[in-house]
Amino acid sequence: MPLLQIRNLTVEFATASGPFRAVDRVDVTVDEGDVLAIVGESGSGKSVAMLAAMGLLPWTAAITADEMSFDGRDIRSLTPRDRRTVIGKDMAMIFQEPMSSLNPCFTVGFQIKEALKKHLGLSRRERHERAVELLDLVGIPDPATRLSAFPHQLSGGMSQRVMIAMALSCNPRLLIADEPTTALDVTIQAQILDLLARLQQETGMALILITHDMGVVAETAQRVQVQYAGQKVEEQPVRPLFDAPHHPYTAALLAALPERATERRLPTIPGVVPGQYDRPAGCLFSPRCAFADDLCRSTEPPVQDAGLGLARCHYPIPSPAKEAV
Amino acid sequence: MLRYLLSKLLTFVPTFLGVTLVSFAFIRVLPGDPIIVMAGERGLTEERYAELQAQFGFDRPLYVQFWDYLTGVLQGDLGESFVTKKPVWDEFFSLFPATLELSIVAIILATALGIPAGVIAAMYRGKFFDRALMSSALVGYSMPIFWWALLLIIVFSGNLGWTPVSGRIDLLYFFPDVTGFMLIDSLLSGQKGAFASAVSHLVLPSIVLATIPLAVIARQTRSAMLEVLSEDYIRTARAKGLAPVRVNGLHALRNAMIPVVTVIGLSVGMLLAGAILTETIFSWPGIGKWMLDSIFRRDYPVVQGGLLLVAGFVMVVNLIVDLLYGLINPKIRKR
Repeated sequence: MPLLQIRNLTVEFATASGPFRAVDRVDVTVDEGDVLAIVGESGSGKSVAMLAAMGLLPWTAAITADEMSFDGRDIRSLTPRDRRTVIGKDMAMIFQEPMSSLNPCFTVGFQIKEALKKHLGLSRRERHERAVELLDLVGIPDPATRLSAFPHQLSGGMSQRVMIAMALSCNPRLLIADEPTTALDVTIQAQILDLLARLQQETGMALILITHDMGVVAETAQRVQVQYAGQKVEEQPVRPLFDAPHHPYTAALLAALPERATERRLPTIPGVVPGQYDRPAGCLFSPRCAFADDLCRSTEPPVQDAGLGLARCHYPIPSPAKEAV
Repeated sequence: MLRYLLSKLLTFVPTFLGVTLVSFAFIRVLPGDPIIVMAGERGLTEERYAELQAQFGFDRPLYVQFWDYLTGVLQGDLGESFVTKKPVWDEFFSLFPATLELSIVAIILATALGIPAGVIAAMYRGKFFDRALMSSALVGYSMPIFWWALLLIIVFSGNLGWTPVSGRIDLLYFFPDVTGFMLIDSLLSGQKGAFASAVSHLVLPSIVLATIPLAVIARQTRSAMLEVLSEDYIRTARAKGLAPVRVNGLHALRNAMIPVVTVIGLSVGMLLAGAILTETIFSWPGIGKWMLDSIFRRDYPVVQGGLLLVAGFVMVVNLIVDLLYGLINPKIRKR
């Protein structure tokens, strides 16, 4: 039984100019101890899908799905009160902007201990010990003193470490990291990713890593899911994905990696992700796709089978091995 | 911290001078002559008028009069009332506790109701609760205070007979002034029913006085909350699985308090202005009624001195508000 199973998730936002579909029929499956990377450009609905799973979307969002279950329990049928016993405990999330994700009015210690009190009911003393232990775990020097620090006294990297400590406080079975390194310096990015990878291995929790950085994916993930304009366009284990991408979008993303560049000029994907008003008919990627023809521009592509990475494409790129046959 | 306090106190100097000048000029710009007012219907002769003018110093140039007044103020001498011949300072402090008591009760009422109302409105943004609360706030804010006071008196004192119409306490009770606050003094006196009487006298005036600040605080709390609720750290708090009461009432409200506290501080000024009207309607023996009477009597020293002391009080309150910012949000804390 998968730990988190989401089937056919659609999220629409009611806006002044009509509904906007941020997530379009997306499936997400994560097993216990799995590391899944969700990759895509800004606006591809990566974060929204996960916020929907956490129940953190504003009320303007309409969420529909065939299934949305955590540990076999349907999370949509839970009362808000019951759902809050899962969120922050078994299922935790860290965010893109660590500096603004911590409440400026409260000390780091207060914000970590809060969850411990809510979910584990530890005593004052136990909470303190656990908080020190957590800060130590995420590599913050002098943890006991740091507990009384306010967020504005911490750097971005430190803040993200605190966020991770907070998320891990109740030993979650699933950690969702929403672009945890985007707002950080490059050197700090590597440290935080190493930390996440180490903690995942030590605790055996499942990790969903939302990112737009293919380099990050290669280093940390076991499985990759590529999203484009709210749709999942491909899913594969990490090695096969890098070796043989089946969706032209995945291929284009990989070609844009500096370390894979074969020419002096780095290839780019022309254009931008379609917004609310310029969603094309047919394949959503067709306006930017090098291989698109009239069929792509008029008819929605089918989802191919697992051998072709579940690619949502009329003309998936075949594997090199198959080509040889 | 001490440096911050000193620099803040230094800014008081120009404000203080400005208030002195404005209050001095204001009462003299008003048509009417204190000597004629004092003489009343009998009138008085030219010679006597000139004599009195010389006695009060009105025959000298205005800048000399102002200089005299200013040097007096700096030495702690606010002059004597033309009418009662008592020092303004003494009169002010014998009446101020009544106003202070009314204002404190009103601001507590306004804060205790306004903040929860704003928080609830923000939580139910756009829903029935929000609309109901915010339209009542708008009504409260735009209501003419004297009309609202009369309406309450007619209903609760007149028709229902629940509360007294005026004054601070029933004439039955007499006890010495200890603090000047009727609520405390009545308790100290130990007389049966004295405290209840003091409370029943306070109810209507404090409701009337609290109405506008209540509306302002509720609206300010709502808008500050709405701003804060879209912050990332609120999402973090919700991601921890915290209950909405804790997310809204602790994580969000603490951050939303800065503009709210500012508004509360500013309301103190409005409150003292509102007190003049409220005290007049309820015959509340505070500085509001005293100032108003003095304006009609063209009692220059009282109006000047009263305005100055009220301004000083408002300045001190706003200094305290400035210091509170640091307590609420450590990021603003001065070192």
